[in-house]
Amino acid sequence: MTSVADLPGAGLRGDRAVVGFARVLRGAGLDVATGATVTFAEALAALGVDRRAHVYWAGRTTLVQRPEDVPIYDRAFRAWWERTTPVDVDVITREVTIALDTSDDDRTDASGADGDQRDGDTIVVRASRTEVLRDRNFAAYSSADFDEARRLMGDLRLAGAMRASRRVRPSRRRRGRPDLRRTTRRSLRAGGEQLDQAFLEPMRRPRRLVLLCDVSGSMEPYARALVRFLHAAVVGRGRVEAFAMGTRLTRITRELSSRDPDAALAAAARRVVDWSGGTRLGEGLRTFNDQWGVRGMARGAVVVILSDGWDRGEPEVLAEQMARLHRVAYRVVWVNPLKASPDFAPLARGMAAALPFIDEFVEGHSLDSLEHLADVCAR
Amino acid sequence: MMETVDDVRVALAAHQYLADEGLATAVFLALRLKRPLLLEGEAGVGKTEIAKVLARWTGGELVRLQCYEGIDAGQAVYEWDYSRQLLHLRAVEAAGATVVEDELYSERFLVRRPLLRAIGYEADALGSVAPPVLLVDEVDRADDEFEAFLLEILSDYSITVPELGTFHASEPPIVVVTSNRTRDVHDALKRRCLYHWIAHPDFERELAILRLRAPDVPEVLARQVAAAVEALRDLELYKPPGVAETIDWVNALAALGSTELDERAVEVTLGTILKYREDQERTRAHGVRELVAAATAPR
Repeated sequence: MTSVADLPGAGLRGDRAVVGFARVLRGAGLDVATGATVTFAEALAALGVDRRAHVYWAGRTTLVQRPEDVPIYDRAFRAWWERTTPVDVDVITREVTIALDTSDDDRTDASGADGDQRDGDTIVVRASRTEVLRDRNFAAYSSADFDEARRLMGDLRLAGAMRASRRVRPSRRRRGRPDLRRTTRRSLRAGGEQLDQAFLEPMRRPRRLVLLCDVSGSMEPYARALVRFLHAAVVGRGRVEAFAMGTRLTRITRELSSRDPDAALAAAARRVVDWSGGTRLGEGLRTFNDQWGVRGMARGAVVVILSDGWDRGEPEVLAEQMARLHRVAYRVVWVNPLKASPDFAPLARGMAAALPFIDEFVEGHSLDSLEHLADVCAR
Repeated sequence: MMETVDDVRVALAAHQYLADEGLATAVFLALRLKRPLLLEGEAGVGKTEIAKVLARWTGGELVRLQCYEGIDAGQAVYEWDYSRQLLHLRAVEAAGATVVEDELYSERFLVRRPLLRAIGYEADALGSVAPPVLLVDEVDRADDEFEAFLLEILSDYSITVPELGTFHASEPPIVVVTSNRTRDVHDALKRRCLYHWIAHPDFERELAILRLRAPDVPEVLARQVAAAVEALRDLELYKPPGVAETIDWVNALAALGSTELDERAVEVTLGTILKYREDQERTRAHGVRELVAAATAPR
């Protein structure tokens, strides 16, 4: 049995080792509060440090708060307490900045060496200027257009359809459930005589809204506007969840919850590692259904999928997952920016497979269409 | 009562709960540091069970608060019994006396809901009552406003009823909070708690659990069922079977008189372990025969 006292990380004095470990975890991307570090130290004091498992589990119960973080914790633990792997924290924290190129100089090749540049840690995503002047399409926005649109999107209010809540509120009507509390209070005023009866009615609450945004290469011209739209939705009200879908699924609700659009978009861009890559919609939806949706997030919710339906996976997988989603969701809305084009037909294999399970199929290429989307969600 | 993590493991096992090192450590720390324990994990891995076992072990009353959308203070903390108050008003009036308002807001008319029961519990004359075990089940179903409220109560373990005064727990209750992760529990609440993710048990542990929870089932069958369930969890099902389902399955098989796993027995009992039609189809496509063969092969 290895004693941690023998481990290199413990060469430091106790509290320094604790603080150092917390710092390594933070460097690796874990959100470790100071209070948690104190609790960790208390836990070590309670357990003793003579066994590796004690130190390991003391840290895991006090410093880790999400199962996704366990692999990071394990790596950091080995790195700090055992030094068996090099501290590759750098690899984990390397920030990938998605710079959205807004310069007006028009390059015809959007996806070529200039448009999709992996220069160190910066990925420059350029809104394609080749599709200029097709409606007031997002893809055709100049940066001035975009600044304006951004401001306008801040005004968008997105809310799910209403449903009756279990909670009740005092009613003015004289029917429904009797409100014994208010009735009693009022009867006290009348010396115990029940002159004035009070009633209750159910409150109305918005349904949860779940937004799944396709960030694959084919959606690149719209990604910028749509992620900004997601941000407006998330900060606009409480019960919104946002995900980015590419070759994998990334939850970006937390990243987008910052009020400042620039900070929020930058945080989301850091989180999403498969920006402008391929699409595996079916797999992405499957992950969503397994880990979030069917468990409860999508139940009774309005689910909005923003995608052009180009899918490199098997259409059967997508159809199966859409069916699952459709069974638990209140409504499934599909937003396809390409739908606005006059010669659009849902021929993309993924789109065709998904259509039978969609309640509303709307456009999403312009500000107007996004406003329309807000109406559709509230229906 | 308990000095080490192993003591906790032994005590839990004595009450029919086999915890692995991680969970035992988390429980030990929760008891020692007097912190709430937040448990997450797949459905059916025994999150709720741990609270029940803790209650049996410590002798404290199990107070369960099942969360749901729209739960509020009236259902979680306390409520006045309005109908009794009204009746009382009538009765007093009929006797020709007058009602003093204070009289209506006394302990008599107070309905204690789970949080108040867990905090305002009465120590007996000797002061030797074990603190209750408060189980806040599926906290992710409640609204976030309720979470903030819960956080406040879990921070100082006191509840104020304006008409009566403040209830304060001399010894804080043992608190177990569970979540299914349909949404993130708020960070502030997480900071207050110790956290543990309960994973599906490995083969040996699952077998041990089966032996403990279904002692009448032949060991051969239990062993094969544990192996089959392990194989099922690798099939990428919508709902991989949890421990609760494994126990149900082994009991169902035993009730049908099986002493070993065979193809027919699996076919007719598949519904006890897989609750989605798609999962059953996937398993059949994979081959029930292969499943049985793999499960009955010597390990």
